[in-house]
Amino acid sequence: MPKQTASNTIGPFFHHILTPEGHGKKGIADNKLARKKTKGEHIRVEGRILDADGKPLRAAMLEIWQANAAGRYNSPVDDRDDIEIDKKFSGFGRVSSGGKGKYEFETIKPGSVPSTGNAPQAPHINLTLFAAATNVHLFTRLYFSDEEEANEIDPVLSSVSAARRDTLIARRKKTKKGIVYRFDVQVGGDDETVFFAV
Amino acid sequence: MPTLAPVKKLDRTVHPKTSATKRLVPIQQSLSELTGPVFGHNAVKKIDADLTKNAAKKGKEAIGERMILTGRVTDEADRPIPGALIEIWQTNAAGLYGHKGDQHDAPVDPNFYGTGRCVTDADGQYRFVTIRPGAYPITRLGNRWRPAHIHYSINGGSFAQRLITQCYFPGDPLQADDFVFQAVTNKAARERLIVKYAPEHSIMGFAAGYSFDIVLRGRNATPMEK
Repeated sequence: MPKQTASNTIGPFFHHILTPEGHGKKGIADNKLARKKTKGEHIRVEGRILDADGKPLRAAMLEIWQANAAGRYNSPVDDRDDIEIDKKFSGFGRVSSGGKGKYEFETIKPGSVPSTGNAPQAPHINLTLFAAATNVHLFTRLYFSDEEEANEIDPVLSSVSAARRDTLIARRKKTKKGIVYRFDVQVGGDDETVFFAV
Repeated sequence: MPTLAPVKKLDRTVHPKTSATKRLVPIQQSLSELTGPVFGHNAVKKIDADLTKNAAKKGKEAIGERMILTGRVTDEADRPIPGALIEIWQTNAAGLYGHKGDQHDAPVDPNFYGTGRCVTDADGQYRFVTIRPGAYPITRLGNRWRPAHIHYSINGGSFAQRLITQCYFPGDPLQADDFVFQAVTNKAARERLIVKYAPEHSIMGFAAGYSFDIVLRGRNATPMEK
C-alpha cells in the first residue's frame, strides 16, 4: 500500500499563486465568496491570525469551505437533492493575513448541515490554516455567537472542553457596513484556538 | 440513505509534527470534511502548466534547464484522484522568487514568474513544463541555504484530503541540514519527496523528464451513514 506523501510548510512565497490579488493577479479563489445574488444573510468575517505571543503569525493563509444558506455543500459528494444548490456560491475561498495579522472575507451565513446519523450540527464554516512556521496545516471550525441553542447541541462543539469552546465562536456585531463576525485564530499560547484531528 | 466513506487519518508517522501546542481534538467526519470544492478543467488554461512560457514575452522563454515534471495523484489504495487541483511555485534558475517581494540579491528573469497550475486527468496524472529551480538563502538563520525545491499545493477530492508539500532533487547536498526537508523525520517519507529521473517522459532535444507522485489520504473501506 502506498504511504501518504509527507506535508511540508507552505513557506512565505505562496502569495504569488494562492492569494495573488496583491500582485495584481487573479487566483483560483479569493476572499469574496458571496456575490450580489448569493442567497442568504451576507456577512463579513474579520479577525487576526496570531502566534503564541498574540503577535501576527508570519505568512499565514486560511482556506474556507462552507455550505450555502440552505445547508448544502456545492460538491458532488453532497447529493441531497432535496436541498437546492446555489449556483452563485461555490463555498470555497482563500485569504492570507496582512501585515498586522488581519484577515477578512465576505460570505453568507451557512445553513445547518447534518452530522452522521442525521444529528443536527450548528451552522459552521470549515477553516484550514497554513503558515510559514506550520509544517502541517491545521483544521478548525468557526461557529456563530447568535446560534446559542444550535451550538449547545452541536456534536463537535460538545466534544470540546467548555473552557476552550469560546475559541471556536465568532462574535456577531452590527455595523454601518453590515453584519460582521469577529474571529481570531491563534496557534500556541493559553488561548490557542481548538484545532481538530480531522 | 446513501453512505459516505470517511477519509483515513493523517498518518502521523509520515508527516512532520504539528505546530499546535494543545492536543488536537478528534472529530467525527461529516459532510463538512468529506465534501470539497470541484475544479473543472475550465478553471485552468493549458498554458498555466508551462512555466517556461506562461509569464514570458512573446517569442521568449524562461532561462534555465528545462524539465518535464509529471506524476500521478492517488490515494493510499493506489486509486487515481481525478480533478485534483495542483498549484506549484518555485524560484527561477538563480534562486529568486517572483519579481518583487523577495530580498534575495539574485538576477530577475523577466520571462519567468515561477507559478503553475493544472488539474489531474481521469487517471490522476498531471504534467508541468518548467525549469530547474535554484538554491535559496535563509539569511534569517545565518549563512544557510535551502536546497532546490518546488512547492506543491493539492486540493483533491475532499476538504480532509488537502495537502501542501515540496519536492526536491536527487543528490542535493543542501538537503542534509535543511530544516524544512528534515522536519519530515521519517527517512523513507523524506526520500519520497525527492523527484525521480523519468526518461520515459523526456522529450528528445528539449527537456529531461522527472516524476513526482503524490499520495493523499485514502478512504476507509467501510462507509458510514450520511
